[in-house]
Amino acid sequence: MARFLVGNGAGFSGDRLDAALPVVRTLIARGCPAAMTFETLAERTLALGVLARRSREEAGFEPMLLPLLRPVLGLCLSHRIPIIGNFGAANPRGAAAAILRLAESLGLATPRIAVVEGDDVRGAIDDPAVIWPEGRPAAPVIAANAYLGAGPIAEALALGADIVVTGRVADPALALGPLIHAFGWSAPDELAAGTLVGHLLECGAQVTGGYFADPGVKDVPDVDRLGFPIAEVEPGGAIVITKADHTGGLVDRRTVTEQLLYEIHDPAAYLAPDVTLDITGVTVEEIGRDRVRIAGARGRPPPDTLKATVSIEGGFLGEGEISYAGPNALARARLAAETLRARLAASAGTVRLRIDILGLQASFDSDEGARGGAANPDGEFRVRLAAASADREAAEAAAREVLHLYCCGPAGGGGVRTAVTPRVATLSALLPRRLVSPRVSLVG
Amino acid sequence: MSAVIVPLHAIAHARSGDKGNRLNIAVIAHAPEAWPVLLDQVTEARIAALFAHRRPASVTRHALPNLFALNLVLDGVLEGGVNAALGLDGHGKTLSFLALTLPVTVPRHILQACASAIGARRGSV
Repeated sequence: MARFLVGNGAGFSGDRLDAALPVVRTLIARGCPAAMTFETLAERTLALGVLARRSREEAGFEPMLLPLLRPVLGLCLSHRIPIIGNFGAANPRGAAAAILRLAESLGLATPRIAVVEGDDVRGAIDDPAVIWPEGRPAAPVIAANAYLGAGPIAEALALGADIVVTGRVADPALALGPLIHAFGWSAPDELAAGTLVGHLLECGAQVTGGYFADPGVKDVPDVDRLGFPIAEVEPGGAIVITKADHTGGLVDRRTVTEQLLYEIHDPAAYLAPDVTLDITGVTVEEIGRDRVRIAGARGRPPPDTLKATVSIEGGFLGEGEISYAGPNALARARLAAETLRARLAASAGTVRLRIDILGLQASFDSDEGARGGAANPDGEFRVRLAAASADREAAEAAAREVLHLYCCGPAGGGGVRTAVTPRVATLSALLPRRLVSPRVSLVG
Repeated sequence: MSAVIVPLHAIAHARSGDKGNRLNIAVIAHAPEAWPVLLDQVTEARIAALFAHRRPASVTRHALPNLFALNLVLDGVLEGGVNAALGLDGHGKTLSFLALTLPVTVPRHILQACASAIGARRGSV
């Protein structure tokens, strides 16, 4: 059986819209069987979809779905490259309907679309067998979605789907699904290899020079036009990571090793729905320009439970920022911060507060400012207030205190921005598999 | 043999990842020669001290000698994580570079090996 290629056209909701086309062109040029994957669901993205659906029933899928697919849909259909994405989010059928309309508007033949459902477990989380590692939800539940495995995706491809639309699935399943379909993989080490492929691809450019450049230390060519990744996979499990032709970025031992360990905890036991992946024996070898061979993934049976992310209402976040620059700027910024603290002292019971001075390595610091930082006192600083509250008005009032500094604060304060946003908090639940029933159906 | 004290950034690169309130930082040697320095000096205790202001519940270090890499797992340091933190970087994406400020004592020939590895990469880009 031939080598199979898996491309990636998005690593998160909000990724570059022009990334997929060079990947698809490269897959076509290689002439091997291939699939295209899009990963657009972070932990809370799905809850945002549920909230969007409350105000508009046909919403709830990836908002940028059509701009993502428009450049590549026709090419993928005409070259029989299936598209697999979790861009269905909270409304896979809505996403499928939108893709059908897109195909029609582009004058394409009607694609065969499969939707994978059953990840929504809002009806199952009250079962006494559910395990709550961080405790039970302390606020109203917005969404509860189990991470489905690759089985339903492989099943959809076996039904002849041109496009597979999922909600929550384990990110690596987007690549493992087509590999199971292509190679008939089922042994633990095979599932481990496919999961590793998916893990390396799931964040898009993070394996091809994104989230990597450190000028003078780790240089990346043409960051403005990073090529997105392609995995070349052999039936025996050999993997080469490369990227789209005629693009920027790079694939080398360093980019692959950083992504290999990204969001990994115990490297001997990366828990996925289909397999427990052990990467402690993995080797990473450069075999050519932008070509890295990965070998040595080992698999063991997966956990008995499936993980679900449960999203709950998280109150409101008020934010405000103001800038100070030039002579004595740090002292003026500190006076602004002290003034904000004094003004908000009375609301301590209802508002959780943090005030940073950006320019003093605030990103490294704690809510209490326990670390601190040093800088040129005559440089440029931005005071940032963040105020979390269950009460929207309290969060707004706190953010407005930054606005008041224009006329009532230290000299030369400018560039105020304020915002108040609702928050979604998340926690994990572990569900016995009997509580989760994945379903595959063809639409269109 | 002379040695110098340098930030970890001189001999290793790093990447942060988050899951909830847990942070992991992969620390990877620029050259194989630097691997023993990582093993000896990038310890759980020293990382816990570097992140003390974030009050880690635990710090666990996994060694991956095949990759000349350490995976550091810090529990409870993201102030609630991306969906709850008040700080700008609730993911902890910037914190790999806090880890890279850790002072390490490095024999000059190892520092030179890392500088050569970095320089060779620069020449090929």
